[in-house]
Amino acid sequence: MSEQSVKAEQPAATVPAAEGDSDMLVRRQTAVYVYEAPLRLWHWITVACITVLCITGYFIGSPLPTMPGEASDNFLMGYIRFAHFAAGYIVTIAFIGRIYWAFVGNSHARELFILPITKKSWYKELWHEMRWYMFLEKTPKKYIGHNPMGQSAMFVFFVLGLTFMIFTGFALYGEGLGYDSWASQMFGWIIPLMGQSQDVHTWHHLGMWYIILFIMSHIYVAVREDIMSRQSLISTMVGGWRMFKDDRPD
Amino acid sequence: MSHIETFYEVMRRQGITRRSFMKYCSLTAAALGLSPAFVPQIANAMENKPRTPVLWLHGLECTCCSESFIRSAHPLVKDVVLSMLSLDYDDTLMAAAGHQAEEALEDTIEKYKGEYILAVEGNPPLNEDGMFCIIGGKPFVDQLKHAAKHAKAVIAWGSCASWGCVQAARPNPTQATPIHKVITDKPIIKVPGCPPIAEVMTGVITYMLTFGKLPELDRQGRPKMFYGQRIHDKCYRRPHFDAGQFVEEWDDEFARKGYCLYKVGCKGPTTYNACSTVRWNEGTSFPIQAGHGCIGCSEDGFWDKGSFYNRLTDIHQFGIEKNADEIGTAVAGGVGAAIAAHAAVSAIKRLSGNNENSEDTSA
Ligand code: HEM
Ligand code: HEM
Ligand code: SF4
Ligand code: SF4
Repeated sequence: MSEQSVKAEQPAATVPAAEGDSDMLVRRQTAVYVYEAPLRLWHWITVACITVLCITGYFIGSPLPTMPGEASDNFLMGYIRFAHFAAGYIVTIAFIGRIYWAFVGNSHARELFILPITKKSWYKELWHEMRWYMFLEKTPKKYIGHNPMGQSAMFVFFVLGLTFMIFTGFALYGEGLGYDSWASQMFGWIIPLMGQSQDVHTWHHLGMWYIILFIMSHIYVAVREDIMSRQSLISTMVGGWRMFKDDRPD
Repeated sequence: MSHIETFYEVMRRQGITRRSFMKYCSLTAAALGLSPAFVPQIANAMENKPRTPVLWLHGLECTCCSESFIRSAHPLVKDVVLSMLSLDYDDTLMAAAGHQAEEALEDTIEKYKGEYILAVEGNPPLNEDGMFCIIGGKPFVDQLKHAAKHAKAVIAWGSCASWGCVQAARPNPTQATPIHKVITDKPIIKVPGCPPIAEVMTGVITYMLTFGKLPELDRQGRPKMFYGQRIHDKCYRRPHFDAGQFVEEWDDEFARKGYCLYKVGCKGPTTYNACSTVRWNEGTSFPIQAGHGCIGCSEDGFWDKGSFYNRLTDIHQFGIEKNADEIGTAVAGGVGAAIAAHAAVSAIKRLSGNNENSEDTSA
């Protein structure tokens, strides 16, 4: 695999032809390094944490059947809550690290946070991608980074969703730590903003389902695109290299 | 203006002995969580400071705060505090009535401009120019604004004055409004609860009278010393919560064993109050000790947060009441079905050769 710069949007070696199969730009591009190691590490840490958070969060809301024996012999809720808070801390620190990486990493590291909403062509491509999902387009476009639809979903569901969960989560966490704790000082203002503690619980709980919707669609799309699109996906998030399956133009 | 009596002079005039007075000072120190070293300081303040008058107004309310207040655990505290309060204006407790009472109010406002504390029980309804609550022939909201104008500080007794409570529950036809939304230029101390605990009420007022300053307040204006923690943080059933031992049904074995009431909707984890430490009726018990979950009576809008037996609020926007998990599973189910359908169509398209992408895979 050669590491060619595929940035060449108007490559010199383009040979436009008249009709049929030859109606393509001939270009050799096989693999690009898109996701650097820290970003991939972050992705899989986040996957692990969010899985733990959803499972433990669900059982905080609807606890398991009552434990037999003495209270002093059991600490089930304690462990579940501990796992939730520990994963909460890790996912938050990792997310802060991810934001840092958006500044120092390559251009693909910024895609998660910055939607090119001022670019006209982006909307056109978004529409194209939506048509591809509605089976109205025969071929999707090639993307080195995220396609516009994936990028939007990641921003709206993941970035906003996780930020919401972190803010409400630490507001709730501050209630347990106490009024003078750092968490209460930093995030406690959220509680009166949303009404009272019970409202924050309700919203935090709903937020879980919002994130679950993202995960469901995200995994489906990752697998589907891996099979049906013109580039690799899952192996890209593992090894960092984007492989293209054909030499036809974007 | 004549000589203003000190607290001590008032108490003596009310027939309280020096011995009882000293006892009161040590009880006060204990109630406020201060060390015995503070007792002489409190006594000294009471002996020398001019008495701070308290005006106690009643708006739209059920008088449960007053009822609670006069049942303060220690009769001495109650007597002393009452003797200091009822002198001025409290239409429930004072001897005067009618015009005489309204005159007493005016007198106090005139005489102690900027010095007195205004305690408000209940709240003003603002709809129809406040006509839903008339005191002495005038809307309560006018009396409230008038009395607050020269007050040093305002105490909002109970959930009514603090948040609105039942009369402000949706759809709130009279537009009952909590005090802090009507009086915006005075320090307001919220003492929520339906009613607040007697010892919390006497504790707050004693603190203000003896130290001549406001107790430390939290973000929402509640005294930290009584509202700094949730019921859940100091609940004696908490070990069962951490162990994962819950009452599953009201009449099960676990209810008899006194397990945690979380699963039957206890709102202790979201309610700031002192019930699990101070308790009720002279420290006898509190709802959770009696086997019922907390209903969150001291929290903002607790009437509008759904059933007393659900920890989370139901969501009405979907026509039928649904909780977060029901909505979540329904939507996730819908998305899951859509994904399955989409996957099926994708597979068919692919098999029927509609998709040529993968044929010429080169990577
Ligand atoms: C994707 C991220 C997260 C998900 C899906 C999630 C999910 C949940 C759920 C479902 C609950 C139960 C709510 C209820 O029914 O009362 C919960 C409670 C809670 N979560 Fe999270 N959470 C997430 C992130 C966080 C973070 C970052 C923190 C911060 C440390 C956090 C702290 C808490 C706390 C303190 C509680 C309340 C625990 C209790 O009442 O005992 N959560 N979470
Ligand atoms: C809790 C579960 C998951 C969450 C929250 C999550 C989140 C994310 C986010 C935020 C990105 C964008 C990365 C960036 O631009 O920095 C991403 C990309 C990606 N994720 Fe996940 N992910 C999850 C699970 C998975 C799983 C299980 C797979 C594998 C099947 C997967 C495969 C991918 C792939 C292939 C990409 C790259 C997409 C592309 O190349 O355009 N994810 N994920
Ligand atoms: S009974 Fe209520 S306040 Fe007590 S531990 Fe259980 S949930 Fe918390
Ligand atoms: S236990 Fe809860 S509902 Fe009961 S009085 Fe205390 S705060 Fe109010």
